[in-house]
Amino acid sequence: MTEITGILKTAGSKRHRAEARFRAYGLIAIAVSLSFLLIMIGSIITRGSGAFHQTFVQIDVELPAEKLDPEGTGDPDVLRKARYGKLLKAALRDRFPAVKSRSDKKALYKLLSSNAEYTIRDQVVADPLLVGGTHAFWVRASSEVDQYMKGKIDSSLEESRRRINDKQLAWIAELQDAGKIEKRFNTQFFTGGDSREPEQAGIMGAVAGSAYTLLICFVLSFPVGVLAAVYLEEFSAKGRLNRFIEVNINNLAAVPSIVYGLLGLAIFLNVFNLPRSTPLVGGMVLALMTLPTIIIASRSSLRAVPPSIREAAYGLGASKVQTTFHHVVPLAMPGMLTGSIIGMAQALGETAPLLMIGMVAFIVDIPGGVTEAATALPVQIFLWADSPERGFMEKTSAAILVLLGFLIIMNLVAVYLRRRLEIRW
Amino acid sequence: MAKGLYVSETAGMSIIKRGQRNRLSETAVRLILILCALVAVATTIGIVASLLFESLRFFQKVPLTDFLFGLEWSPQTALRADQVGSSGAFGAVPLIAGTLLISAIAMLVATPLGLMSAIYLAEYASAKTRNTIKPLLELLAGIPTVVYGFFAALIVAPMLRNGGESMGFEISSESALAAGITMGMMIIPFISSLSDDVINAVPQSLRDASYGLGATQAETIKQVILPAATPGIAGSLLLATSRAIGETMIVVMAAGLAAKLTANPLEAVTTVTVQIVTLLTGDQEFDSAKTLSAFALGLLLFVITLILNVIALRIVDRYKEQYD
Amino acid sequence: MTGTNSATPILKVENGQVFYGDKQAITNVHVDIIPNAVTAFIGPSGCGKSTLLRCFNRMNDVIPICRVEGSFKLADQDIYDPRVDVVSLRQRIGMVFQKPNPFPKSIFDNVAYGPKIHGLAASKADMHTIVESSLTRAGLWDEVKDRLDQPGTGLSGGQQQRLCIARAIAVQPKVILMDEPCSALDPIATATIETLIDELCENYTIIIVTHSMQQAARVSQKTAFFHLGELVEFGATEQIFSAPVDERTQNYITGRIG
Repeated sequence: MTEITGILKTAGSKRHRAEARFRAYGLIAIAVSLSFLLIMIGSIITRGSGAFHQTFVQIDVELPAEKLDPEGTGDPDVLRKARYGKLLKAALRDRFPAVKSRSDKKALYKLLSSNAEYTIRDQVVADPLLVGGTHAFWVRASSEVDQYMKGKIDSSLEESRRRINDKQLAWIAELQDAGKIEKRFNTQFFTGGDSREPEQAGIMGAVAGSAYTLLICFVLSFPVGVLAAVYLEEFSAKGRLNRFIEVNINNLAAVPSIVYGLLGLAIFLNVFNLPRSTPLVGGMVLALMTLPTIIIASRSSLRAVPPSIREAAYGLGASKVQTTFHHVVPLAMPGMLTGSIIGMAQALGETAPLLMIGMVAFIVDIPGGVTEAATALPVQIFLWADSPERGFMEKTSAAILVLLGFLIIMNLVAVYLRRRLEIRW
Repeated sequence: MAKGLYVSETAGMSIIKRGQRNRLSETAVRLILILCALVAVATTIGIVASLLFESLRFFQKVPLTDFLFGLEWSPQTALRADQVGSSGAFGAVPLIAGTLLISAIAMLVATPLGLMSAIYLAEYASAKTRNTIKPLLELLAGIPTVVYGFFAALIVAPMLRNGGESMGFEISSESALAAGITMGMMIIPFISSLSDDVINAVPQSLRDASYGLGATQAETIKQVILPAATPGIAGSLLLATSRAIGETMIVVMAAGLAAKLTANPLEAVTTVTVQIVTLLTGDQEFDSAKTLSAFALGLLLFVITLILNVIALRIVDRYKEQYD
Repeated sequence: MTGTNSATPILKVENGQVFYGDKQAITNVHVDIIPNAVTAFIGPSGCGKSTLLRCFNRMNDVIPICRVEGSFKLADQDIYDPRVDVVSLRQRIGMVFQKPNPFPKSIFDNVAYGPKIHGLAASKADMHTIVESSLTRAGLWDEVKDRLDQPGTGLSGGQQQRLCIARAIAVQPKVILMDEPCSALDPIATATIETLIDELCENYTIIIVTHSMQQAARVSQKTAFFHLGELVEFGATEQIFSAPVDERTQNYITGRIG
């Protein structure tokens, strides 16, 4: 039987080359896909990390009592009304006495953020004893200075092609030499609302808006989704109605999100006259959108509860409702929660339907309730991405990082719930 | 029966009453549950009703045929000129063409990458590799579309434009290509995870049979597994296409606003979803043809995606039944 | 290919051991398979007979935790030599599975698949000849010759299994492994397959795993009895069934182990 030979590999045979090639295609596809992910996240991190720091300038401001509080009342209302902008400009002129011409002065004032005067005001109101002396204040630099300090503006470019001129560069250098300009952690970004000025803009307003929206979304979609799943899995006869609802849900899951926005606009706003631009309506629209996700997840988690549990409960004389709500639903709860968190994460990232119901307004104040006009984190990203100012580029990227951070946390919680609480049958 | 006897013997009438009350509350609970399940149906009805109602108002101003077959889309001028409908400025064809162009680019990017990734993960990768790479790919699906939009508009588009410039092409900064490529990235995990399920549903016995005949893995995949999985894969590609057509944020941020009938991916085109957003985010008067046209576009979008979804879901369901 | 060199074993196992993770599934097996005969592997479920069968064409390779030790030789060539090409190996050692598993393709394509990937047919006519002769040898030609383009999955269970046999012999193997080929079939289809096995052993070496002792007695010339991963007894079928040496074999064939 020695006639059977040739089972050894023949190096470089055509079939083996084809095999290796095919396998390589698979690896390449994965590598390309993952490098997309890497490039996207990487470029957003490099662009966004700057936003967590902000350039501040230290400046000595004279606070003459006769201008701030001529009668010496120390009344916060009086102090609040005083004109700090003038004092600040005077302080700048004192700092750079060589600046004479009108246009140069204007350029000089532009070194500082337009809200720098309010920083001083707030500190004076908080501590009226400052009045009457000259004190050093750290105030926010303007976005252009901030961008330059972060190396985003190339000073070797021709003067007319950059947003910061040669004189301004010289002043900045002077401040740098004196140690009067530095980058600090940007708390305003996390605690402030939106602003037209990039250096003042914060995401708290959007985060609060998203939080209210998700709250409404969860309160509406979780109970309805779970109960609908209970009906479909435990109560309904496997008949036509069931089949019809099921097809309905599967199709709803694939309806483009913008269509839900149109639904919200036409029905919630125009028919029910609910307040426009509010988390209430946003949450309602997102609830309808996440409902299919929650129902589908809850059903599969109910299906995973073994029939023996139900039989045991029935055997003890429990009714259908008792069996379902005392035994089956609690056992399926971890899976239902996991599915809902994933649904909420999707809702958190959703933008298009919110645009339809007017949550795109420019809103400076942090919303205090579900019926106040608000925006949401992804919409804020959209708005900032559309802004022409260079400083918003890093704000947008940073806001994306915050959004991704929330999403990662939500998904980790979901994974944790699945690993820890879900019972494996 | 035995249970009923036992109850009445030991506890008498009061138990029977409680039984009736129980039955009543059971009915109430059942009713609540049905209502919750019907919310899904109500949502569908709500979508269809609101789209249809507003669209019908639109079609009173602009004939349906003008909308479906018109080659020019310029709602702004139509409003100003106060000659709505007669100018044919509400022709949806360029929007549909733009939508299809961008979706086609997205599918061209995502199909080979998604499918080959799925094949590698399902057939070649060890359990360990699979468990690391799959969640990473799914991460792509978990990233909000607004992030893709930002990436497309501020990173991909300038990159393409500069790249094109250096090679002597003129690429618009709102080119269909930039939006399409980015959308393709977004859809990769969608295709790969659906195809992965489909490929895994092909019974092991078919692989065994092919290996038993001395086929290599690639031959088995190409000639046995993929043909067997074709309906399922086709279904998932249809679902992905529907997803691409309905995608909004990427195109709102990266595609153009002006409707242009072109098949050149280097030029700027606009899409159905972009126009809906543009029309409805300004000031609205609810009886102007301009605003109402957004609902007509919404209806169009809904119908197209619904048809794709119904076909796809049916194909996938049938495919799954075949191997159950 | 006649019986003259039947004394030279075509397959030879020395000290064969198989592990699934830490668990040993096959212990210390020695078997010589003689050519152009039917060898039956019998034994209670889980005794390792299918595991051993799958060692011959390295179908166990696809199970990551499975580890094979000892010497497995096909005509003096080590099957587990790292230089061995499993593709060529499986071309020479075909396999028929427990459940009929035709590809979801036409009857013709099912049979043509093997010859196509191995490049055995030079032309369309060649391919047709191979398909026809394979189906004829598998005793299926007359039943399907008018519907070769119809799906193989549309045939009856017994026909499907014969199609799988035709598919296996189309690549011209020397050995055919059969893993309980009749367990999913009714008695009539089983009888047809058994007759077919009887005819096939003129040209092929067949190893059949079966849980039916009657089947082993009917179709095989040699029988190996396995118990708990060990080869208990191996010899001429008549001898195993009429005068088993080992007590465990005795117990099994009289129905006390099962």
